[in-house]
Amino acid sequence: MVERRGIGTILTHLALILGVAVLCFPIYLAFVGSTLSHDEILSVPMPLWPGGQMVENYSQALAAGTQVPVARMLFNSMVMAIGIAAGKIIISILSAYAIVYFRFPFRMLAFWAIFMTLMLPVEVRIVPTYEVAASLGMLNSYSGLILPLIASATATFLYRQFFLTVPEELAEAARVDGAGPVRFFKDILLPLSRTNTAALFVILFIYGWNQYLWPLLVTTRPEMNTVVIGLQQMMPSADDYGNWPVTMAAAILAILPPVAVVVFMQRLFIKGLIESEK
Amino acid sequence: MSAIAIRNVKKSYGGTQVIHGVNLDVAHGEFIVIVGPSGCGKSTLLRMVAGLETITEGEIEIGGRVVNRLEPRERNIAMVFQNYALYPHMTVFDNMAYGLKIAGLSKEDIRARVHKTAEMLQLTPYLERKPRALSGGQRQRVAMGRALVRDPAAFLLDEPLSNLDAKLRVQMRLEIKQLQRSVGTTALYVTHDQVEAMTLADRLVVMHDGVAEQIDTPLAVYSRPATTFVAGFIGSPAMNMLPAEAAGDGRLTLATGASIALRGVRLPDQGRKVILGIRPEHLAQVPAGEADLELEVIAVETLGADTLAHGRLGGGDFVVRLPGSSMVQPGDRLPMAIEPGMAHLFDAETGKRLPDDAPAAAPSRQAAEA
Repeated sequence: MVERRGIGTILTHLALILGVAVLCFPIYLAFVGSTLSHDEILSVPMPLWPGGQMVENYSQALAAGTQVPVARMLFNSMVMAIGIAAGKIIISILSAYAIVYFRFPFRMLAFWAIFMTLMLPVEVRIVPTYEVAASLGMLNSYSGLILPLIASATATFLYRQFFLTVPEELAEAARVDGAGPVRFFKDILLPLSRTNTAALFVILFIYGWNQYLWPLLVTTRPEMNTVVIGLQQMMPSADDYGNWPVTMAAAILAILPPVAVVVFMQRLFIKGLIESEK
Repeated sequence: MSAIAIRNVKKSYGGTQVIHGVNLDVAHGEFIVIVGPSGCGKSTLLRMVAGLETITEGEIEIGGRVVNRLEPRERNIAMVFQNYALYPHMTVFDNMAYGLKIAGLSKEDIRARVHKTAEMLQLTPYLERKPRALSGGQRQRVAMGRALVRDPAAFLLDEPLSNLDAKLRVQMRLEIKQLQRSVGTTALYVTHDQVEAMTLADRLVVMHDGVAEQIDTPLAVYSRPATTFVAGFIGSPAMNMLPAEAAGDGRLTLATGASIALRGVRLPDQGRKVILGIRPEHLAQVPAGEADLELEVIAVETLGADTLAHGRLGGGDFVVRLPGSSMVQPGDRLPMAIEPGMAHLFDAETGKRLPDDAPAAAPSRQAAEA
């Protein structure tokens, strides 16, 4: 690491603090908004210090919202994000295991087919996907929210790369020890990819949480809305005043779960990104 | 019945044959070392015994059972890998217990066996550590322990010492030998290090280009190498090789034109082209009048116990091992005599050793015409 002294340290810190301030200001503003009353928010200029309405606004958002209680939408988002993250991890680790450790006909074809889907993000295939989901009766259901987003070329590729770095002798040692394919996967590979899995989980959870277009299409009933869509619908439109304090409270609430996931998994997350356990 | 029998085993990758029919019978409790340069097929042979490579042709028997189609776990063998292949996320205890756990032994049995083995290897204080927290030598011991604890029909060791530093290697070499003696389990050991091979083996298999060139005790391989390859590979520094022709009067004519009288060695018929092999330690410095050869010294390596004098003779490098007290200098001319009976003769065409007790074979046609 480059060592700096005196003025250099001060300058770097100033730059960093400025960056953090720029990044955090909108969030701070949302937080301030969530503690004010409706009239205070609409006054010009808007106060920059938190007001006294915090408890009222948050409880109103959680319990009632504008159309659906935010608690309900948070729950929907949680189910969807965890479902997507967990589903992606399970499917990817299994397909990567098959591709790396087994020799079967069309193995490379399978790998490339998975890899090609990187070129087909949700937005590109959204119409046919919707058609399929609709004819399977998955509209307005958690499976409809989760299943179409579960396949992941990125995660498969990541696991594949990781498995390729696991020394071949480890698999051979396990074979000599008498471990079959399932045991080897369960006892050796899974524990070894723990940190990778944690890092992936964080990334995929946030990916799932932030989904907008797909939930917007596949859910029509407000009580199946995710918080990201709910937020949009809480925004006042046209001649409507809306309820800005409650909307801001909902926005802050929507940020919290991803932040919590990152904070709690940070240690594993960073380990997974920088270190391989060997 | 032998512990392991390898019968005319061949291995091909695609169309390329890499092992051309190896035969080997290993007695119970025998320590066999397979030695050869990299790419000679020694590891492949071992992995075929382990069941990690398929056998293209031939048969391998372990404990009287043909194992060609059996999985490694059904062969009752244990293997030690070059990089140890310890499970990095398991403690030493779990590493050693894993095979037993899969075999379905009871918890108490596993505990007892692991502790007994750990005791034998002085690993008891480290049982709760992860491999990462161990030194190279300790990891090596854990890898040995994982093999020992299963009490298999045979140990297969694939260059187990090559990741250790020189001093530790010597120590572990002794330990492995003692361990194998005390448990009496058959062992197949692959190495490219001839010192390891010589010191560990009950019998050596010297492999070259997928062929077992010689299978014999270390001393027999050293004193009567079957081919020029074996002669050059076993022994350090390597045996000196000089092309020569039998003069017919108990003398050899070297390619340089010099004529040597060989004592204690049966010479082939006149005109036969041979290769004369002399180990560096079987030459002695003598007064100028009695010399068989004269070597102009180019470089001198002082090892303490011995001094190696390097020079050139007959177009090739030539090394002599002199006593450590020798004061030889580069530029000196050393008159030297070959110790009686210590010269080796090989056929110049095939590289095979000429029979030294049977009458010399008839010269080959090319040699006669030459």
